[in-house]
Amino acid sequence: MNNTPLKHTNEPGKPSTFDVVQKSLAKRRAAEHRFRFYGIAGIVLALAFLLVLFVNIFGKGYTAFVQTQIRLDIYFERAVLDPDGTDTEDALSKADYTLLIKKSLSGLFPEVNSRRDKRNLYALISSGASYKLRALVLNDAGLVGKTSSVWLPVNDDIDILFKGHIDREAKQSDRRVNDRQLDFIDRLVAENRLEKQFSSTFFTDGDSREPELAGIRGALTGSLLTLLGTFLLSFPIGVATAVYLEEFAPVNKWTDFIEINVNNLAAVPSIVFGLLGLAMFINFFGLPRSTPIVGCLVLTLMTLPTIIIAGRASLKSVPPSIREAALGIGASKLQTIFDHVLPLAIPGMLTGAIIGMARALGETAPLLMIGMVAFIVDIPGGFSDPSTVLPVQIYLWADSPERAFVEKTSAAIMVLLVFLIAMNGLAVYLRKLYERRW
Amino acid sequence: MNYVKDLETKANYSMTKKIISDALSAPEIDRESRTTVGKITSDDPRVVCKNVNVYYGENRAINDLSLEIGNHEVISFIGPSGCGKSTFLRTLNRMNDTIVSCRVSGEIKIDGKNIYDRDLDVVPLRAMVGMVFQKPNPFPKSIYDNVAYGPRIHGLAADKRELDAIVEESLKKAGLWDEVKDRLNDLGTGLSGGQQQRLCIARTIAVNPEIILMDEPCSALDPIATAKIEQLIAELSERFTIVIVTHSMQQAARVSQRTAYFHIGHLIEVGRTNDIFTNPKHPLTEDYITGRFG
Repeated sequence: MNNTPLKHTNEPGKPSTFDVVQKSLAKRRAAEHRFRFYGIAGIVLALAFLLVLFVNIFGKGYTAFVQTQIRLDIYFERAVLDPDGTDTEDALSKADYTLLIKKSLSGLFPEVNSRRDKRNLYALISSGASYKLRALVLNDAGLVGKTSSVWLPVNDDIDILFKGHIDREAKQSDRRVNDRQLDFIDRLVAENRLEKQFSSTFFTDGDSREPELAGIRGALTGSLLTLLGTFLLSFPIGVATAVYLEEFAPVNKWTDFIEINVNNLAAVPSIVFGLLGLAMFINFFGLPRSTPIVGCLVLTLMTLPTIIIAGRASLKSVPPSIREAALGIGASKLQTIFDHVLPLAIPGMLTGAIIGMARALGETAPLLMIGMVAFIVDIPGGFSDPSTVLPVQIYLWADSPERAFVEKTSAAIMVLLVFLIAMNGLAVYLRKLYERRW
Repeated sequence: MNYVKDLETKANYSMTKKIISDALSAPEIDRESRTTVGKITSDDPRVVCKNVNVYYGENRAINDLSLEIGNHEVISFIGPSGCGKSTFLRTLNRMNDTIVSCRVSGEIKIDGKNIYDRDLDVVPLRAMVGMVFQKPNPFPKSIYDNVAYGPRIHGLAADKRELDAIVEESLKKAGLWDEVKDRLNDLGTGLSGGQQQRLCIARTIAVNPEIILMDEPCSALDPIATAKIEQLIAELSERFTIVIVTHSMQQAARVSQRTAYFHIGHLIEVGRTNDIFTNPKHPLTEDYITGRFG
């Protein structure tokens, strides 16, 4: 600042406001810059964490969509498939397909004779391979009696070896693939019989004890059913409650009491809702355990307070002038609410509901209590079929000892994240769609 | 001749003397008096209020107000901010019901029926006593739907054709038809402030009320839009009874036949607008009119 005498002063000897403000300007600007820096730093930090999370999950998970396959020339021997010569589908579906695979492998390695070597050899192939053969034959009975070249999944240990997660130089006792098997594999690779291929198994199959056969479809269907039920139950009840509390309820101690309790419920740990669901829905009402119907009832209890609070907030934000306008021309209270207030509040309510849904999607603890943590292979066909959900599936896989489940876990997290992003995107889209000016 | 002239002069003199002495001897109204001055009755009353008190919780916003509002009359309520004129206006169609702490005692009769009767439903009352608010508040819907909403909920139109006719007629009466006839499906909130207020008036008259309450309808508008609304009020007064609250004394003088002056919860003076503005009786009214306060 310059020290020249101040020109424009109303009172001699006193600095003018302009100069005083001019002097304080540097400090104000510094404060502004500092604040902006904090904000940007916060965002950068958050983005960095998000990036680390994504890189980590994608880096580990992308291999789950690829599966090592082995090309075998299978002779669909009539004597094995249909020993009695009945030529019925029943016989074909009961036949011993594993034997076909074993025979094919023995053909490739004729020198393998000892029991131990045979076991090592046969262990290369996934136990699910025989199901694949059976599906092929049942689909096309003309294969019987012919030889066909078929790609079959290998065992998860071999898959992991192929994806580079097993150290070949390690001591034999420290790795899941022994030297003899390595030898077999090297010879198969030399014959171009082993290859990594895209596999849809992950998206089309349910859970399995065998990592190479495990898929997300069961958990995904379970999650979809549970969330659908949760939304159908919690949104109408939540909106109705919010409208009643905000518009109709008399202002008295009871209403205050209810409001406090709704707010408290929103903060109750979710496992408590799980215990409540176990005690009430399963033990008292006798609903089937491990099912989406119980899951969505429990998650509805958990989501309701969120939806009610968001609903009330968005009802409050509707300007009173709109209510006055409707009341002023003789609309009844119900008409005012349904024709004018609710349409304006719905975007906010939907946003609140979808945020609640997103929370319900990621919820694990209460579902453990109602048995949705069970190992379920079948894909649920309805609300009363036993099923599991995405976060519980992640928990189950993360808890499994096989190395191959690591990539499955990450892949399941990716599916969950996609689901979450889609739901949040929907919330933003709906808000934009229904947002109106007034 | 002289004698006659003398007589005339004498007569003139005595008349002048009488007028002056009358004026001097007319009891000067005490500034602290809160009794309503002027003629509160009407020859052809539509609304009759007797000893109305309005409370917000413990706080009395209107004290013992009695007033009659005549048929097809435009009456304006003036007074400083917080004097209770809007509060009183809103008691006439029970808009104050929406305020939880608000309580009304006394008697307000419209066409002989007490509107604070326990059995009375506010829906027909508000259909009969329409209201235009201070800030234009069109619904965030199309211009058409804004006007059609009232007739729709009250079942005033048998079919779409009738409804169209009502909408057109109401917009014409509100002087808005020519400006919006080609864009009836546009949002009502997209109009200018003055147009929005006329849309609100159209919405009110679409229900075909008997009485229209206007709560400072021009306070958010520019002078040109204000002039349009004032002209509209003059036209509407042929068919409706209009009660208008205004902060502008010029406006009160221009649009209304009667004027009521409020002061902190009391109705101080009522009379013909001309009288109020040229010859206020109560000192408080005079102070307000002459701009000494308010």
